[in-house]
Amino acid sequence: MRNLKPIAILLLAPVVSGCNLVVINPSGDIASQQSDLIIYSTILMLIVVLPVMALTVFFALKYRASNKSAKYEPDWYHSTSLEIVIWTVPMAIILCLAGLTWVATHRLEPYNPLRRISSEIPIDQSVEPMVIQAIAMDWKWLFIYPEQNIAVVNEVAAPVNRPVKFEITSSTVMNSLYIPALAGQIYAMAGMQTELNAVINEEGSYNGFSANYSGAGFSQMHFKFHGMSEDGFDSWVKNVGRGPDDLDRKAFLQLDQPSIAHPVTYYTSVEPDLWDAIINLCVDRNNLCQDDMMMVDALGGGGIEGLFLRNIFAGICSSDDPAGLLAKIRIDREIADAKNKAENISLAETDINALQQILALSRSSTAGEESQAN
Amino acid sequence: MAAADYSRWDPVFGKLGWDIFPLNEPVVVATFVGVAVGGTALLAALTYFRLWGYLWKEWFTSIDHKKIGIMYMVLAIVMLVRGFADALLMRIQQAWTASGGAGYLDAHHYDQIFTAHGMIMIFFVAMPFVTGLMNFVMPLQIGARDVAFPFLNNFSFWLTTSGAVLVMISLFVGEFATTGWLAYPPLSGIEFSPSVGVDYYIWALQIAGIGTTLSGINLVVTIVKVRAPGMTYMRMPVFCWTTLCTNILIVATFPILTATLALLTLDRYAGTHFFTNDLGGSPMMYVNLIWIWGHPEVYILTLPIFGVFSEVVPTFTGKRLFGYTSMVYATAVITILSYIVWLHHFFTMGAGADVNSFFGITTMVISIPTGAKIFNWLFTLYKGRIRFEVPMMWTIGFMLTFVIGGMTGVLLAVPPADFVLHNSLFLVAHFHNVIIGGVVFGIFAAMTYWFPKAFGFRLAPFWGKVSFWCWLIGFYLAFMPLYVLGLMGVTRRLSQFEDTIYAGYFFVALIGALFIAAGIGAFLLQIFVSIRDREALKDTTGDPWNGRTLEWSTSSPPPYYNFAFTPRVHQIDAWWHMKAEGFKRPLENFEPIHMPKYTSTGVILSGILTVMGFALVWHIWWLAAVTFIITIAYSIDHTFNYDRDYYVQPDEVAEIEGNRTKLLAAEGAAQ
Amino acid sequence: MSTESALTSEDFYVRETHHDDDGEHHHETGTMLGFWIYLMSDCLIFGTLFATYAVLGRNYAAGPSPADLFELDLILISTFLLLFSSITYGFSVLRMDMGDLKGTQIWLIITGLFGAGFLYMEVLEFSHLWHLGATPMASAFLSSFYTLVGTHGLHVLSGCIWLIVLLAQLQIHGLTHENKRRVMCLSMFWHFLDLIWIGVFSFVYLAGVLV
Repeated sequence: MRNLKPIAILLLAPVVSGCNLVVINPSGDIASQQSDLIIYSTILMLIVVLPVMALTVFFALKYRASNKSAKYEPDWYHSTSLEIVIWTVPMAIILCLAGLTWVATHRLEPYNPLRRISSEIPIDQSVEPMVIQAIAMDWKWLFIYPEQNIAVVNEVAAPVNRPVKFEITSSTVMNSLYIPALAGQIYAMAGMQTELNAVINEEGSYNGFSANYSGAGFSQMHFKFHGMSEDGFDSWVKNVGRGPDDLDRKAFLQLDQPSIAHPVTYYTSVEPDLWDAIINLCVDRNNLCQDDMMMVDALGGGGIEGLFLRNIFAGICSSDDPAGLLAKIRIDREIADAKNKAENISLAETDINALQQILALSRSSTAGEESQAN
Repeated sequence: MAAADYSRWDPVFGKLGWDIFPLNEPVVVATFVGVAVGGTALLAALTYFRLWGYLWKEWFTSIDHKKIGIMYMVLAIVMLVRGFADALLMRIQQAWTASGGAGYLDAHHYDQIFTAHGMIMIFFVAMPFVTGLMNFVMPLQIGARDVAFPFLNNFSFWLTTSGAVLVMISLFVGEFATTGWLAYPPLSGIEFSPSVGVDYYIWALQIAGIGTTLSGINLVVTIVKVRAPGMTYMRMPVFCWTTLCTNILIVATFPILTATLALLTLDRYAGTHFFTNDLGGSPMMYVNLIWIWGHPEVYILTLPIFGVFSEVVPTFTGKRLFGYTSMVYATAVITILSYIVWLHHFFTMGAGADVNSFFGITTMVISIPTGAKIFNWLFTLYKGRIRFEVPMMWTIGFMLTFVIGGMTGVLLAVPPADFVLHNSLFLVAHFHNVIIGGVVFGIFAAMTYWFPKAFGFRLAPFWGKVSFWCWLIGFYLAFMPLYVLGLMGVTRRLSQFEDTIYAGYFFVALIGALFIAAGIGAFLLQIFVSIRDREALKDTTGDPWNGRTLEWSTSSPPPYYNFAFTPRVHQIDAWWHMKAEGFKRPLENFEPIHMPKYTSTGVILSGILTVMGFALVWHIWWLAAVTFIITIAYSIDHTFNYDRDYYVQPDEVAEIEGNRTKLLAAEGAAQ
Repeated sequence: MSTESALTSEDFYVRETHHDDDGEHHHETGTMLGFWIYLMSDCLIFGTLFATYAVLGRNYAAGPSPADLFELDLILISTFLLLFSSITYGFSVLRMDMGDLKGTQIWLIITGLFGAGFLYMEVLEFSHLWHLGATPMASAFLSSFYTLVGTHGLHVLSGCIWLIVLLAQLQIHGLTHENKRRVMCLSMFWHFLDLIWIGVFSFVYLAGVLV
């Protein structure tokens, strides 16, 4: 069936000569399976659509009023057999298409690991995919390579035939990470992580961009994706590693300011927990991390005092015994609160300090194992 | 550009200030000058010809469903010109920048244009078109004298107009949203959209949306309760069936839009956390909610159009509709299915393969009843005697074009295919394919078809044909390149391009848009020419197309009471049956007719609500409070008016019917 | 479809000999149906708010949860106020059916007082929470809580205003056809709000405190 594609392209050629239909003729295996699916479904539907169009023209011409030789039967308005046909033929087509959809959707689910490198190359199950963390910002893309400990703005690369797993989030509004030559898109949303598994099969430089409108700098929110040989990729990584700056929290917050058409920027290294902080919306340490907040919520909330002292829950998610820690904090808060009953509800600085000391104590007694709330 | 300062606030003027007028945007200023000159000329003409009193007494305060229907259509045509101007601006910008130029619109302006284009075309063009049509045609088809709640009908219309007025104000006072037509948060939240644009969007939609809900309730009750005797559900014209299903959809979805927008409003005005990124908000919930309304909305627009074609095709083939029953069931099935497909608008959110394939498959299932409909029209053509009048040309154009849109729609319903086509120009081409090829073509068919019923003379066919060909050619030129561009990986809503390889396609699309402009021009010219030649195009019979349903049994235009005697129905295609049985009009012994009185409450209330909307947009709290209290007080006052109806006396009916008898006799003598 | 044989022109239209009753009757049933459909659309607004609460109701943003905030005994009192108001409205309708204007009015006034009592309790609750710092801006849970309960409260408030207007209209015009219809419409509205409140009570308050 794969040789259908050239035929389809040939058929389209007069219309689209000279243009690069990257969606139909991509360079990554996932995208090319997706394009196959487009072609097969189109062919399936044409089975009904073409006859309908032909019949429309044919009937319209044949039964025009000026053609007196055509039959005219004003009282013919029902035919059970014909009705059965007009309901069952579309039904049959849709049944096939539904089957195709079910199978293809599960096979091409972007969260699942790849099943093959390409139609010719099977996958080596022992090879872990290379992780690239993608962050949509106003209005640029930041890519973090955790294994290589580098980061890049508005440029990304991967070795040919090496499975890649994109972990995607946003530091701002909703965007969509889309590299048409590589694979279909997936949304980037703040406070959560989406995933995309893909592989590039041909060397080259491809367009990538945000496919979900995100504001003033949206049109310039594009980047180049390079498919490279292993050597080429290594030297690219080295080159990026020479970049002038480190990406720590401060640098990230600076980068997070809205900018349009941001130049490609390389970062030598990345602060270890930065990605977690980005996903949990707490690069700025004044914000309580989402995972801590969700842990507190799952344990029944932080109480009235939580309204004023959110930050005392920082780190609860990575504690061994979040429930115990929460209970400790809340009981201690009640004592502190009882002392302050006469005073205003707003809490004194000393309270916070006392609490943070308790927290520090209980944290040091537990080996804080990193765990993801989501 | 120097944006206005929307963070200031003053107790008297709210956020208003002298810098809110977009004087630095030449396109807007030019438009404003044009609108101001045109508007002044229009107002002056109305004053000069002393038409204000006439308009007020005969139209604005009218609760006659026919006049309200016509006013909806006028509103839609006016807004079509606005919405299309936006489209043209975008086409020019994209053709310009795709060929390497800098363009003439900055992102801020361009983003407003595509947001306004989408929102206006859906809410203030397509919606008033179909609502107007349903209002005008349906009561006539079921043999009713008016809708169930005539005052409410007038009020609904003016609420819709009020929303449209707010959107138009946003063009010159302040700015419009830059969020895209569905205003996804967090982009539409106060953090990322601090200006008044989204507020205009919200209040315009809220006011118009309430109007739409009320109108939906009204039309459902009309069909359920006010059908002529003998008109069982399975004898109703298919257009009435589609109207019923459409309005059920309206009643069952617009409240969701209202609630969703209210939550967004609270986020923006009160600082709540429904759709924010932080403190537990969930932007994804907005996307779900808005599409739970949004997908049925697609069918709210297309179902009535399916009804139109189901009337046009039998009339011009001189044949009864093939497969009436399956048409009705197909309509009902589409109505129900339209509720369980919303997620296909965001497969790319990552809901997982099970969820995605469920919603993909339900979406495809909708194409089965839709396909059945197409086949039914097709087999109505079969062994018919097709007269290629203008409505029939639109119909054939529709059948050929719509199937392409349907096909690309099913393609987009396959989740993995959607991953590569979502948000691309392919998607844009798809929904314009179904909305222009379906809804717009249907509207033009309907306007040409029912125009003689509304005004007593036909539309000049020559300019109708010119309009048809311009639209048809324009559509293909404008949107086929977008399909290709989508396959080239070009996403939507871009105002700048890094590559020039797309230039040719965008240029062809621009030429297509110009053809469509010519099509709109030809249509306006057609109306002008037809009014000029109205004597020659006169329809004295009331039945210019040899129609089949009850609206053709009365005069053109119908008397305000529609039918001197309520018709009694014996089978579908009631008027065809009456003609076949040699029906003679009753000429004497007329009876008093119970009719509602005109009222100015609707137009006045809506005027006040427009001011309230404006005050809320600009945070002028005192004005919002005052207008709100006036609204409540005025509404209560209205309920103290018990004198709302009267009886038309038999003499008056006899006089009107007598005139018709003379006309018909003259017609008979002439033949 | 079998055609009825020998139809004359007279069979194709209706002569109304008793047009007066007929016309009135027609419109009345239409109003009740229309109002009922309106209530269904309103129900969808509440449905959306309930769904929102279901999604966001556990997102306390490390702040208070229902167990920290709600005082069930007070809520129970408001619930009974509203339930009783439904019963008294029923009495009012019974009186109306007997043609007893005074009785109708008196029971309506009692209904209104119960409604006002309910509103008073709600205002008390909201202001108490507000003073604790648990404002709608504090977390998604509180946003959806205030919006759901507050929307119901606003409905009760409009019901009360409507009730006052209706009392005036009854005073002026007595138990006319239109007024009876209005009493019945408000009755549907009132019972509808009762029903919604039962949903709020069990879904928000009971479930919130007990779970």
